[in-house]
Amino acid sequence: MLSKKQLFTRGMFDVAPHMLSVIPFGIICGAIGVELGFSPYLVYGMSIIIFGGASQIVFLQLLSGGASSLIAVTSVGIINSRHLLYGAVLSEYLNKLSFTKKLLISYIVVDQAFAESAKFFKNNKSEEHLHYHLIGTGWTLWTCWQIATLAGIILGSFVPEELGLKFTIPLTFIAIVVQDLKKLDHVIVMLVCGISSLLFFNAPLKSYIIISPIIALFVASLVLRLKK
Amino acid sequence: MTWLSIIIAGLLTYFTRMAMIALVSREMLSERFKEVLAYVPSAVFPAIIFPAIFINDYGAFVEIHDPKIFAAVIAIIVGYFSKNIISTILSGLFSYWLLIFFIFN
Repeated sequence: MLSKKQLFTRGMFDVAPHMLSVIPFGIICGAIGVELGFSPYLVYGMSIIIFGGASQIVFLQLLSGGASSLIAVTSVGIINSRHLLYGAVLSEYLNKLSFTKKLLISYIVVDQAFAESAKFFKNNKSEEHLHYHLIGTGWTLWTCWQIATLAGIILGSFVPEELGLKFTIPLTFIAIVVQDLKKLDHVIVMLVCGISSLLFFNAPLKSYIIISPIIALFVASLVLRLKK
Repeated sequence: MTWLSIIIAGLLTYFTRMAMIALVSREMLSERFKEVLAYVPSAVFPAIIFPAIFINDYGAFVEIHDPKIFAAVIAIIVGYFSKNIISTILSGLFSYWLLIFFIFN
Protein backbone atom coordinates (compact mmCIF):
# COMPACT_ATOMS: atom_id res chain seq x y z
CA MET A 1 0.00 0.00 0.00
CA LEU A 2 1.45 3.34 -0.99
CA SER A 3 1.04 6.38 1.26
CA LYS A 4 -0.78 9.51 0.11
CA LYS A 5 2.52 11.32 -0.25
CA GLN A 6 4.03 8.49 -2.30
CA LEU A 7 1.02 8.48 -4.63
CA PHE A 8 1.14 12.26 -5.02
CA THR A 9 4.86 12.15 -5.83
CA ARG A 10 4.33 9.28 -8.25
CA GLY A 11 1.69 11.35 -10.04
CA MET A 12 4.08 14.28 -10.29
CA PHE A 13 6.79 12.08 -11.77
CA ASP A 14 4.42 10.33 -14.18
CA VAL A 15 3.20 13.59 -15.71
CA ALA A 16 6.48 15.52 -15.53
CA PRO A 17 7.78 14.47 -19.01
CA HIS A 18 4.73 16.09 -20.60
CA MET A 19 5.97 19.47 -19.37
CA LEU A 20 8.23 19.42 -22.44
CA SER A 21 5.04 20.19 -24.33
CA VAL A 22 2.89 21.94 -21.72
CA ILE A 23 5.42 24.66 -20.87
CA PRO A 24 6.17 25.80 -24.45
CA PHE A 25 2.45 25.65 -25.25
CA GLY A 26 1.60 27.74 -22.18
CA ILE A 27 4.19 30.32 -23.20
CA ILE A 28 2.68 30.44 -26.70
CA CYS A 29 -0.83 30.84 -25.24
CA GLY A 30 0.23 33.78 -23.10
CA ALA A 31 2.19 35.39 -25.92
CA ILE A 32 -0.63 35.03 -28.48
CA GLY A 33 -3.18 36.51 -26.08
CA VAL A 34 -1.12 39.64 -25.53
CA GLU A 35 -0.24 39.88 -29.23
CA LEU A 36 -3.93 39.80 -30.10
CA GLY A 37 -4.27 42.94 -28.01
CA PHE A 38 -5.96 41.61 -24.87
CA SER A 39 -5.00 42.89 -21.43
CA PRO A 40 -2.42 40.75 -19.62
CA TYR A 41 -4.78 40.35 -16.67
CA LEU A 42 -7.47 38.95 -18.90
CA VAL A 43 -5.12 36.57 -20.68
CA TYR A 44 -3.78 35.32 -17.37
CA GLY A 45 -7.22 35.20 -15.74
CA MET A 46 -8.23 32.60 -18.31
CA SER A 47 -5.50 30.25 -17.11
CA ILE A 48 -7.12 30.16 -13.69
CA ILE A 49 -10.79 30.43 -14.68
CA ILE A 50 -10.85 28.21 -17.77
CA PHE A 51 -7.52 26.32 -17.34
CA GLY A 52 -7.82 24.65 -20.72
CA GLY A 53 -4.93 24.99 -23.17
CA ALA A 54 -6.19 25.13 -26.73
CA SER A 55 -9.63 26.42 -25.76
CA GLN A 56 -8.07 29.59 -24.29
CA ILE A 57 -6.35 30.42 -27.58
CA VAL A 58 -9.46 29.67 -29.62
CA PHE A 59 -11.54 31.90 -27.35
CA LEU A 60 -9.24 34.90 -27.80
CA GLN A 61 -8.75 34.33 -31.52
CA LEU A 62 -12.50 34.19 -32.08
CA LEU A 63 -13.13 37.38 -30.11
CA SER A 64 -10.33 39.28 -31.79
CA GLY A 65 -11.61 38.06 -35.16
CA GLY A 66 -14.94 39.73 -34.43
CA ALA A 67 -16.98 36.68 -33.39
CA SER A 68 -19.72 37.19 -30.80
CA SER A 69 -19.15 36.22 -27.16
CA LEU A 70 -21.81 33.56 -27.57
CA ILE A 71 -19.83 31.86 -30.36
CA ALA A 72 -16.60 32.12 -28.36
CA VAL A 73 -18.15 30.69 -25.19
CA THR A 74 -19.93 27.90 -27.05
CA SER A 75 -16.72 26.93 -28.83
CA VAL A 76 -14.90 26.65 -25.49
CA GLY A 77 -17.71 24.46 -24.18
CA ILE A 78 -17.58 22.19 -27.22
CA ILE A 79 -13.78 21.91 -27.29
CA ASN A 80 -13.78 21.02 -23.60
CA SER A 81 -16.73 18.63 -23.75
CA ARG A 82 -14.22 15.78 -24.18
CA HIS A 83 -13.68 16.05 -20.41
CA LEU A 84 -17.08 14.40 -19.97
CA LEU A 85 -15.47 11.24 -21.32
CA TYR A 86 -12.48 11.59 -19.00
CA GLY A 87 -14.84 12.00 -16.06
CA ALA A 88 -16.79 8.90 -17.08
CA VAL A 89 -13.55 6.87 -17.04
CA LEU A 90 -12.26 8.32 -13.77
CA SER A 91 -15.56 8.08 -11.88
CA GLU A 92 -15.01 4.35 -11.36
CA TYR A 93 -11.97 5.14 -9.21
CA LEU A 94 -13.25 8.28 -7.52
CA ASN A 95 -16.73 7.15 -6.49
CA LYS A 96 -15.75 6.58 -2.86
CA LEU A 97 -14.77 10.23 -2.39
CA SER A 98 -17.13 12.67 -0.68
CA PHE A 99 -19.16 15.01 -2.88
CA THR A 100 -17.01 18.00 -1.88
CA LYS A 101 -13.79 16.18 -2.73
CA LYS A 102 -15.24 15.20 -6.09
CA LEU A 103 -16.08 18.84 -6.77
CA LEU A 104 -12.56 19.92 -5.87
CA ILE A 105 -10.65 17.25 -7.76
CA SER A 106 -12.71 17.88 -10.92
CA TYR A 107 -11.00 21.25 -11.46
CA ILE A 108 -7.68 19.58 -12.26
CA VAL A 109 -8.92 16.90 -14.67
CA VAL A 110 -7.04 17.94 -17.81
CA ASP A 111 -5.79 15.87 -20.76
CA GLN A 112 -2.40 14.67 -19.56
CA ALA A 113 -3.52 14.31 -15.93
CA PHE A 114 -6.38 12.12 -17.08
CA ALA A 115 -4.16 10.08 -19.40
CA GLU A 116 -1.41 9.34 -16.87
CA SER A 117 -3.67 8.86 -13.85
CA ALA A 118 -6.17 6.64 -15.70
CA LYS A 119 -3.23 4.44 -16.77
CA PHE A 120 -1.98 4.29 -13.18
CA PHE A 121 -5.46 3.61 -11.77
CA LYS A 122 -5.98 0.67 -14.12
CA ASN A 123 -2.78 -1.00 -12.97
CA ASN A 124 -3.13 -0.23 -9.26
CA LYS A 125 -6.81 -0.77 -8.53
CA SER A 126 -6.25 -1.99 -4.99
CA GLU A 127 -4.57 1.20 -3.72
CA GLU A 128 -6.65 2.95 -1.08
CA HIS A 129 -5.81 6.60 -1.76
CA LEU A 130 -5.65 6.39 -5.54
CA HIS A 131 -6.95 9.92 -6.03
CA TYR A 132 -3.70 11.34 -4.65
CA HIS A 133 -2.06 10.26 -7.90
CA LEU A 134 -4.54 12.43 -9.81
CA ILE A 135 -3.89 15.32 -7.44
CA GLY A 136 -0.17 14.87 -8.20
CA THR A 137 -0.60 14.92 -11.98
CA GLY A 138 -3.23 17.67 -11.97
CA TRP A 139 -1.43 19.91 -9.51
CA THR A 140 1.81 19.66 -11.50
CA LEU A 141 0.03 20.55 -14.73
CA TRP A 142 -1.84 23.42 -13.10
CA THR A 143 1.30 24.96 -11.57
CA CYS A 144 3.35 24.65 -14.76
CA TRP A 145 0.49 26.03 -16.84
CA GLN A 146 0.19 29.11 -14.61
CA ILE A 147 3.92 29.80 -14.71
CA ALA A 148 4.17 29.16 -18.45
CA THR A 149 1.25 31.40 -19.48
CA LEU A 150 2.58 34.15 -17.19
CA ALA A 151 6.01 33.77 -18.80
CA GLY A 152 4.41 34.00 -22.24
CA ILE A 153 2.53 37.16 -21.28
CA ILE A 154 5.78 38.76 -20.07
CA LEU A 155 8.01 37.48 -22.89
CA GLY A 156 5.40 38.17 -25.56
CA SER A 157 6.88 38.30 -29.03
CA PHE A 158 10.31 37.32 -27.72
CA VAL A 159 9.26 33.72 -28.30
CA PRO A 160 10.30 32.99 -31.89
CA GLU A 161 7.45 31.50 -33.85
CA GLU A 162 9.91 29.90 -36.28
CA LEU A 163 10.81 27.32 -33.63
CA GLY A 164 7.48 25.62 -34.28
CA LEU A 165 6.99 24.79 -30.60
CA LYS A 166 3.30 24.24 -31.26
CA PHE A 167 4.39 20.94 -32.75
CA THR A 168 5.05 19.62 -29.24
CA ILE A 169 1.27 19.35 -28.76
CA PRO A 170 0.72 16.41 -31.13
CA LEU A 171 3.95 14.91 -29.78
CA THR A 172 2.79 14.83 -26.14
CA PHE A 173 -0.40 13.03 -27.23
CA ILE A 174 1.50 10.63 -29.50
CA ALA A 175 3.56 9.69 -26.43
CA ILE A 176 0.30 8.92 -24.58
CA VAL A 177 -1.29 6.59 -27.15
CA VAL A 178 1.75 5.12 -28.91
CA GLN A 179 1.90 1.94 -26.80
CA ASP A 180 -1.70 1.12 -27.73
CA LEU A 181 -0.57 0.74 -31.36
CA LYS A 182 0.30 -2.81 -30.29
CA LYS A 183 -3.41 -3.64 -30.17
CA LEU A 184 -5.32 -3.89 -33.43
CA ASP A 185 -8.65 -2.81 -31.92
CA HIS A 186 -7.05 0.37 -30.58
CA VAL A 187 -5.37 1.06 -33.91
CA ILE A 188 -8.76 0.88 -35.63
CA VAL A 189 -10.33 3.24 -33.09
CA MET A 190 -7.42 5.70 -33.40
CA LEU A 191 -7.59 5.75 -37.19
CA VAL A 192 -11.36 6.25 -37.16
CA CYS A 193 -10.97 9.16 -34.76
CA GLY A 194 -8.04 10.72 -36.60
CA ILE A 195 -9.60 10.46 -40.06
CA SER A 196 -12.96 11.75 -38.76
CA SER A 197 -11.20 14.73 -37.22
CA LEU A 198 -9.77 15.64 -40.64
CA LEU A 199 -13.10 15.10 -42.40
CA PHE A 200 -15.05 17.18 -39.90
CA PHE A 201 -12.34 19.75 -39.28
CA ASN A 202 -14.44 22.52 -40.76
CA ALA A 203 -17.62 21.62 -38.85
CA PRO A 204 -18.97 24.63 -36.95
CA LEU A 205 -17.65 25.69 -33.52
CA LYS A 206 -14.68 23.29 -33.57
CA SER A 207 -17.11 20.45 -33.04
CA TYR A 208 -14.77 17.97 -34.79
CA ILE A 209 -13.08 17.60 -31.42
CA ILE A 210 -16.11 15.82 -29.96
CA ILE A 211 -17.74 14.44 -33.14
CA SER A 212 -14.68 12.29 -33.94
CA PRO A 213 -14.42 10.68 -30.48
CA ILE A 214 -18.13 9.86 -30.59
CA ILE A 215 -17.76 8.18 -33.98
CA ALA A 216 -14.62 6.38 -32.76
CA LEU A 217 -16.35 5.15 -29.59
CA PHE A 218 -19.27 3.91 -31.65
CA VAL A 219 -16.82 1.93 -33.79
CA ALA A 220 -15.17 0.71 -30.56
CA SER A 221 -18.51 -0.68 -29.39
CA LEU A 222 -18.88 -2.54 -32.71
CA VAL A 223 -15.33 -3.88 -32.36
CA LEU A 224 -16.15 -5.07 -28.82
CA ARG A 225 -19.23 -6.88 -30.11
CA LEU A 226 -17.18 -8.61 -32.81
CA LYS A 227 -14.55 -9.69 -30.28
CA LYS A 228 -17.16 -11.58 -28.22
CA MET B 1 -18.07 41.94 -21.01
CA THR B 2 -15.07 39.84 -21.97
CA TRP B 3 -14.54 38.97 -18.32
CA LEU B 4 -18.13 37.79 -18.08
CA SER B 5 -17.64 35.58 -21.14
CA ILE B 6 -14.49 34.13 -19.61
CA ILE B 7 -16.32 33.33 -16.40
CA ILE B 8 -19.16 31.63 -18.28
CA ALA B 9 -16.64 29.71 -20.43
CA GLY B 10 -14.85 28.72 -17.22
CA LEU B 11 -18.02 27.51 -15.54
CA LEU B 12 -18.93 25.55 -18.67
CA THR B 13 -15.48 23.97 -18.77
CA TYR B 14 -15.64 23.14 -15.08
CA PHE B 15 -19.03 21.54 -15.63
CA THR B 16 -17.58 19.24 -18.35
CA ARG B 17 -14.93 18.10 -15.84
CA MET B 18 -17.21 17.72 -12.86
CA ALA B 19 -20.45 16.32 -14.30
CA MET B 20 -19.45 12.69 -14.78
CA ILE B 21 -17.36 12.56 -11.61
CA ALA B 22 -19.73 14.22 -9.16
CA LEU B 23 -23.24 14.14 -10.64
CA VAL B 24 -23.51 10.83 -12.49
CA SER B 25 -23.19 7.61 -10.53
CA ARG B 26 -21.67 4.49 -12.04
CA GLU B 27 -24.96 2.62 -11.79
CA MET B 28 -26.52 5.04 -14.25
CA LEU B 29 -24.14 3.90 -17.00
CA SER B 30 -24.86 0.75 -19.00
CA GLU B 31 -22.41 -2.17 -18.87
CA ARG B 32 -21.76 -1.80 -22.56
CA PHE B 33 -20.87 1.89 -22.20
CA LYS B 34 -18.48 1.10 -19.35
CA GLU B 35 -16.65 -1.42 -21.52
CA VAL B 36 -16.37 1.07 -24.36
CA LEU B 37 -14.80 3.61 -21.96
CA ALA B 38 -11.57 1.57 -22.07
CA TYR B 39 -11.09 3.07 -25.53
CA VAL B 40 -11.40 6.71 -24.47
CA PRO B 41 -7.71 7.69 -24.88
CA SER B 42 -7.52 6.03 -28.31
CA ALA B 43 -10.84 7.61 -29.32
CA VAL B 44 -10.07 11.16 -28.16
CA PHE B 45 -6.37 12.02 -28.58
CA PRO B 46 -6.09 11.35 -32.35
CA ALA B 47 -8.60 14.20 -32.80
CA ILE B 48 -5.89 16.46 -31.38
CA ILE B 49 -2.94 14.71 -33.07
CA PHE B 50 -4.19 14.40 -36.66
CA PRO B 51 -5.25 18.02 -37.32
CA ALA B 52 -2.05 19.29 -35.65
CA ILE B 53 0.00 17.30 -38.15
CA PHE B 54 -2.05 17.26 -41.34
CA ILE B 55 -3.70 20.69 -41.29
CA ASN B 56 -1.72 23.94 -41.41
CA ASP B 57 -2.37 27.27 -39.68
CA TYR B 58 -4.68 28.35 -42.50
CA GLY B 59 -6.98 25.33 -42.27
CA ALA B 60 -5.70 23.61 -45.42
CA PHE B 61 -4.24 20.12 -45.75
CA VAL B 62 -0.43 20.00 -45.72
CA GLU B 63 1.57 18.46 -48.57
CA ILE B 64 2.43 14.79 -48.33
CA HIS B 65 6.12 15.64 -47.80
CA ASP B 66 5.46 18.12 -44.96
CA PRO B 67 8.20 18.00 -42.28
CA LYS B 68 5.57 17.50 -39.57
CA ILE B 69 4.55 14.18 -41.09
CA PHE B 70 8.13 12.88 -41.16
CA ALA B 71 8.81 14.12 -37.64
CA ALA B 72 5.61 12.52 -36.32
CA VAL B 73 6.55 9.17 -37.88
CA ILE B 74 9.95 9.34 -36.20
CA ALA B 75 8.33 10.19 -32.86
CA ILE B 76 5.95 7.25 -33.23
CA ILE B 77 8.78 4.80 -34.00
CA VAL B 78 10.99 6.10 -31.17
CA GLY B 79 8.03 6.15 -28.76
CA TYR B 80 6.91 2.67 -29.67
CA PHE B 81 10.28 1.09 -28.97
CA SER B 82 11.60 3.32 -26.18
CA LYS B 83 8.29 3.46 -24.24
CA ASN B 84 9.59 6.79 -23.00
CA ILE B 85 7.68 10.08 -23.14
CA ILE B 86 10.74 12.33 -23.12
CA SER B 87 12.43 10.54 -26.01
CA THR B 88 9.16 10.50 -27.96
CA ILE B 89 8.69 14.27 -27.68
CA LEU B 90 12.35 15.19 -28.16
CA SER B 91 12.92 12.87 -31.12
CA GLY B 92 9.89 14.38 -32.83
CA LEU B 93 10.87 17.97 -32.05
CA PHE B 94 14.53 17.57 -32.97
CA SER B 95 13.78 15.81 -36.24
CA TYR B 96 11.27 18.57 -37.01
CA TRP B 97 13.92 21.23 -36.38
CA LEU B 98 16.47 19.32 -38.43
CA LEU B 99 14.02 19.20 -41.33
CA ILE B 100 12.80 22.81 -41.23
CA PHE B 101 16.18 24.42 -40.54
CA PHE B 102 18.58 22.34 -42.64
CA ILE B 103 16.81 20.25 -45.21
CA PHE B 104 13.69 22.08 -46.34
CA ASN B 105 15.40 25.41 -46.00
